[in-house]
Amino acid sequence: MSRETRRRWETAEAPNWGPENHEPGAVIPAAGNSEEVETGGWRSQKPEIDTASCTGCLLCYFYCPDASIIIENDRAVGVDLKHCKGCGICASECPARAITMTAEVKE
Amino acid sequence: MAKATPNVLAVTGNEAVAEAMRQIDPDVVCAYPITPQTEIVQLYAQLVADGKVSTEFVTAESEHSAMSAAIGAAAAGARTMTATSSQGFALMWELLYIASSYRLPIVMTVVNRALSGPINIHCDHSDSIGGRDSGWIQIYGENHQQAYDNCLQAVRIAEHPDVRLPVMHMYDGYVISGAIGPLTPLEDSRVREFIGPYQPVNPLLDVQHPVTVGPFDGLHGWYFEHKVAQNLAMERAYQVLQDVADEFARLTGRQYGLIDPYRLEDAEIAIVVVGSTAGTTRLVVDQLRAKGVKAGMVRVRVFRPFPYHTFAQALQHVKVVGVLDRADSFGAQGGPVFLEIRAALYDNDPRPQVLPFIYGLGGRDIFPHDIEQAFGVLDEAAKRVRRVSTQRRYLNLRQGRGLEHERK
Repeated sequence: MSRETRRRWETAEAPNWGPENHEPGAVIPAAGNSEEVETGGWRSQKPEIDTASCTGCLLCYFYCPDASIIIENDRAVGVDLKHCKGCGICASECPARAITMTAEVKE
Repeated sequence: MAKATPNVLAVTGNEAVAEAMRQIDPDVVCAYPITPQTEIVQLYAQLVADGKVSTEFVTAESEHSAMSAAIGAAAAGARTMTATSSQGFALMWELLYIASSYRLPIVMTVVNRALSGPINIHCDHSDSIGGRDSGWIQIYGENHQQAYDNCLQAVRIAEHPDVRLPVMHMYDGYVISGAIGPLTPLEDSRVREFIGPYQPVNPLLDVQHPVTVGPFDGLHGWYFEHKVAQNLAMERAYQVLQDVADEFARLTGRQYGLIDPYRLEDAEIAIVVVGSTAGTTRLVVDQLRAKGVKAGMVRVRVFRPFPYHTFAQALQHVKVVGVLDRADSFGAQGGPVFLEIRAALYDNDPRPQVLPFIYGLGGRDIFPHDIEQAFGVLDEAAKRVRRVSTQRRYLNLRQGRGLEHERK
């Protein structure tokens, strides 16, 4: 099911739903919406990619447990920080040592 | 198939329910096939093997797994049934809450039998009464006919859009489940018409509309709201239970209500009872009435949702109510049904006395003279000015604190 055709689940008004307007049984009545939920909030370190050193082996992409490595033209170009939890597996696995973990600084 | 069906069959309670299930022909039956399972599932397995039903029959390695499979099947969009008893019911425990909170209309037959220990296989209500807070609708039958009738009605109640809750229906182990009694079944076609086709809500197998069942509710989610929604569904179930019973009465002439009163209109003393002991109690009521004692009875048909308004009205004029519990709530003021009845009558003015009786644990027999003895306690209390003790009275207990220790 493509992103364009899938059903949306509008939850902006959920605080006003009361007990009766939630989907019975806490069912989520639409698919593919987990990416809308921010799960990167507990990160203490974040990966930084030296794109000049990247050889395009894609090991970081395949090892990442959260599918958070952004690939463009067969190269790692960035990290989806909405979902990256800072586990550091990408930095540990990169054969070119192109990924380093740096301290997460929060405002 | 041009075989004449007799109007009245002689069957065991389990055979009556297996016949109801054959006529319902659910999409999926999941069950643990070994003891403490009852004959119901054995009989149903034979129907599946003989091609008499189209059900997908799933045998699981435990009741925990059986209920898990039933939840999976119901979430997938299948009309799902199962059956259990005693320890099997206890092993389903955590899944009972999953089934009701997912709002899956599973129908389960529970044959009431004691929980260990000491190890005991006989009738009491400890198993299902213990599950009263699990979010399932509970209907208790008295005899073979009611076991069959409740099974059919349970499907309609569970699946009703105002309810969407699992339903368990019960009857007494051995007394009904294994003993032979009369059953007037409906014709297959009329059962099919009565239960109708199944309309699943948010089924997992509707791949055009993918859904997630059983997600984590989040750290600051809506668990509280979903629990309130379950209770609102329970409140709507009162009306649905009665509507389905009325429709069933038009079909069969057998009228059911939330409660089942007997000679209660002018009763001064009354007994509240669950299950097959209601039959014995009616006999005693008739004997006492013949002697001029204004005795009456109410059988609890629906225990969840508990029809407290109906009980408060029905027992308004009664001076002393005795509640016969076939399960105990250790350390509570009395048995579980006693606690409900006492709470239901609290706002009545005048407020009747409500006294707890415990009987029949682990299949201990209950005789007419035991019930007569209980009525004797109620009669004594009705004649007094002051209220009597609410200590438990044990019927047919060997030695110890029986009725002979009634405080003067």
